[in-house]
Amino acid sequence: MSQIKTVLTEPLFSKNPIAVQILGICSALAVTTSLQVTLVMCLALTSVTALSNTGIALIRNHIPNNIRIIVQMTIIASLVIVVDQVLKAFAYEISKQLSVFVGLIITNCIVMGRAEAFAMKNGPVLSFFDGIGNGLGYSVVLITVAVIRELFGAGKLLGFEILPLVTDGGWYQSNGLLLLPPSAFFIIGGFIWVLRTWKKDQVEESEFKILPNTEHSGGH
Amino acid sequence: MGLRSMLDSLEPHFLKGGKLEKMYPLYEAIDTGLYSPPSVTNNTAHVRDGIDLKRIMITVWVCTFPAMFFGMYNIGLQANDAIAAGAGTPLEGWREMLIAMLGGGAHDASSLWDNMVFGAAYFLPVYAVTFIVGGFWEVLFATIRKHEVNEGFFVTSVLFALTLPPTIPLWQVALGISFGVVIGKEIFGGTGKNFLNPALTGRAFLFFAYPAQMSGNAVWTAADGYTGATALGLAAEGGVQNVVESGITWMDAFLGFVPGSMGEVSTLAIMIGGAVLLVMNIASWRIVAGVMIGMVAMTLLLNAVGSDTNPLFAMPWYWHLVVGGFAFGMFFMATDPVSASMTNKGKWFFGALIGVMVVMIRVINPAYPEGMMLAILFANLFSPLIDHFVVQANVKRRVARVS
Repeated sequence: MSQIKTVLTEPLFSKNPIAVQILGICSALAVTTSLQVTLVMCLALTSVTALSNTGIALIRNHIPNNIRIIVQMTIIASLVIVVDQVLKAFAYEISKQLSVFVGLIITNCIVMGRAEAFAMKNGPVLSFFDGIGNGLGYSVVLITVAVIRELFGAGKLLGFEILPLVTDGGWYQSNGLLLLPPSAFFIIGGFIWVLRTWKKDQVEESEFKILPNTEHSGGH
Repeated sequence: MGLRSMLDSLEPHFLKGGKLEKMYPLYEAIDTGLYSPPSVTNNTAHVRDGIDLKRIMITVWVCTFPAMFFGMYNIGLQANDAIAAGAGTPLEGWREMLIAMLGGGAHDASSLWDNMVFGAAYFLPVYAVTFIVGGFWEVLFATIRKHEVNEGFFVTSVLFALTLPPTIPLWQVALGISFGVVIGKEIFGGTGKNFLNPALTGRAFLFFAYPAQMSGNAVWTAADGYTGATALGLAAEGGVQNVVESGITWMDAFLGFVPGSMGEVSTLAIMIGGAVLLVMNIASWRIVAGVMIGMVAMTLLLNAVGSDTNPLFAMPWYWHLVVGGFAFGMFFMATDPVSASMTNKGKWFFGALIGVMVVMIRVINPAYPEGMMLAILFANLFSPLIDHFVVQANVKRRVARVS
């Protein structure tokens, strides 16, 4: 039980796949302009990671080591196609906005990384929760980024107006930079900064120290 | 009691164990700002030179004054001209009240006083906000990270303020300089460790975040209802011919009687400040020469290529020199010793990269008429790489000599 709790909560902050391992950045940049799309993306990635982890863990002892990546890819790709088809059937508008990024879950390093690093070594139940945990860790970052980008970039959240824009007769001047993909870099960077201030053990040793070449002599 | 003894008597409170230990960077900044620093070199590197970082920074700051004062005059001139012609009305608000109080309420474009007061009422608040907000971040980081408050901020703040259009809202100024100082400089460890020019980082943030207040035709003249493009904006529409037809001669653009950002308009005033920097060896002449060579070469190339649809292809280099932020960027931004290349050979390449890029962005990219800011930031990113290759080439040459 405690193991399940660990694999569920650790990826949220102390081993966050985006903020600590810097994986899965490209979808974090691309889909986070609106919160709604982001939520669907998080859901899609979390279910794919959880199910692929379970599937791979079930057959982990039967996969020949030489072709394990291909087997993993087959399972992941099948799941991604299922997710993509479900989205197209039930949420067509959002699936159009997500465009290629659902398909690109196949190449998302988080999914592959968990399959290779966790599901190949652990049982299906634990692997399932590890997938959920890592999906949630990914979601925490994406939702934070999306809330900031949609709120300050468009004055809305989930399509509802929160900050009335100047262009619509309100008072809020929207920040156009936040609607451009590079802004997600700054926000993820800020997220990592806050995280490292909170959890000091994530800070690496600096590679070298610059010695001061002067000292305060005290006199004038 | 003299100032020196007052500072000395206050000092123990700020040293380790004192009551105000945390505020030491602030004390240090004031002390070394007023008197020469008491620190001495204690290891093997001894360079005897009368000039230190503080003097360099203050000199650069003073060298922006010609551009700054001319800029203020020109803000007033442009706005008062528009108002006198009936093309615009004075913007209502506290600035207008201030101008009226100081005797500039007549908006007489031929009066030096009216123009100066008008310009000062627009530039000085922007500069004050830059200085206070940016200074706040600087001191905050210095206090927490325990480094010195650096005079580099004098330069960053004045350069940032001078690159803004006169009508910029003050809250955007505060946001821009916060981004520039924090993201552009402090998170990398403060002055000397930033790889981008902080003033331009802040401006780039505003440029992309609030394009309506940073570009277009309505922001360059501080008169309500008046729209006028910058010389570069006019050129983007119809080439040099369009600029001249709208009544701006090359001399106007050189002297600075054109709408534009607050400090960029007068190439002459910028060159006066820039010449002082070059003579004092503070700005690297290699970078300035590199920028000029790159710009002229790229322009000549484009002139030779020619284009039927894009009139900017035919714009000669001496027009590129006087319009937009080219001169200001070349003398004050590209020569920033921290974010430029460090090696002498590298400086040539760094400068030439800026010169080529600025013309490329201005002429070939249809989205932004101005390219100097983006060109310099682009070259900033490449300067460590340029240095790396210069150093490696040198190593190779010397290894070949001994073997």
